[in-house]
Amino acid sequence: MRADDDDAHEWLDAEAGPLVRSYAVTGGRARPGAGTFDLLSYVVATPVGQRRHAVHLQPEHRALLAHAREPISVAELSSRAGFALGVVRVLLADLLDEGAVKRLAPAVAPGHIPDDHILQAVILGLRHA
Amino acid sequence: MRDERARSVPTAIKILVAGGFGAGKTTMVGTVSEILPLHTEEVLTSAGTDSDDLSGVEAKRTTTVTMDFGRITIGDSAVLYLFGTPGQDRFWFLWDELAIGALGAVVLADTRRLADSFPSIDYFERRGIPFVVAVNCFHGHQPFGVDAVRGALSLDPDVPVVMCDVRDRRSGREVLVTLIEHVRAITLGPAHTAVAGTG
Repeated sequence: MRADDDDAHEWLDAEAGPLVRSYAVTGGRARPGAGTFDLLSYVVATPVGQRRHAVHLQPEHRALLAHAREPISVAELSSRAGFALGVVRVLLADLLDEGAVKRLAPAVAPGHIPDDHILQAVILGLRHA
Repeated sequence: MRDERARSVPTAIKILVAGGFGAGKTTMVGTVSEILPLHTEEVLTSAGTDSDDLSGVEAKRTTTVTMDFGRITIGDSAVLYLFGTPGQDRFWFLWDELAIGALGAVVLADTRRLADSFPSIDYFERRGIPFVVAVNCFHGHQPFGVDAVRGALSLDPDVPVVMCDVRDRRSGREVLVTLIEHVRAITLGPAHTAVAGTG
């Protein structure tokens, strides 16, 4: 077995990355138990989530809560906590089940083009910021 | 309650920055963004999206795609998220969610390797995602004009082609303005009037 340590498994090529390890914190679950979290969904910790010992959570759950005291997008949460997006989604679903986070309704439904006055404001902001 | 939500969640706008390896995607995301580039990653598997569990994943073709992104906050009303697609990773196209709901895309082109931008252009054309082609003028030198690039890439006449320098914040942001005007033109049709420029 030891002789195999340096031998790459045939499925584990240079691009496979730290696949299994990154999902160890989710117990191998690749799909959230409930709800879906778009890349740009906003979440925020609830009062329950901000109380340290109110819920039984793993350190990874608490790490997410620590970054979600203010509304934050799922993509940014992934970056700041250092967990893969799929991992963040599974953990967020756990937190949702516990009532520790809530998902905020998006200002524009996903896939819909924002109102023109928003787009105009964005253009002015890009030119003057 | 509804008003409270409207205040707390800005309109999140997703824009993709694509193009071949070395075309300047990471530079552009970093230059135009207000914060240091963020990054996220996703594990993709060729088994598709039906899989709920990673046991036995060793039998499937998998890859981890890492993506840099940046943010531009526009007052209280909107936040732009720019995702730079990793040109060196041939699997990012599997990350369909990235494209879903995107307002549009910037395809960065390097005229020394124009063919490198074909896959991105094909990708956005097939999905009907509005895009602009931005020719990154390295070292301020650009031997080909807009029309030559348009012809070489066989672009539809309505697809904007602009010159830019992704190391320059103003230039990079003007590319984003071009994209948003393009989206407005598609959405509004003849009623579209470009927002007045600053000069």
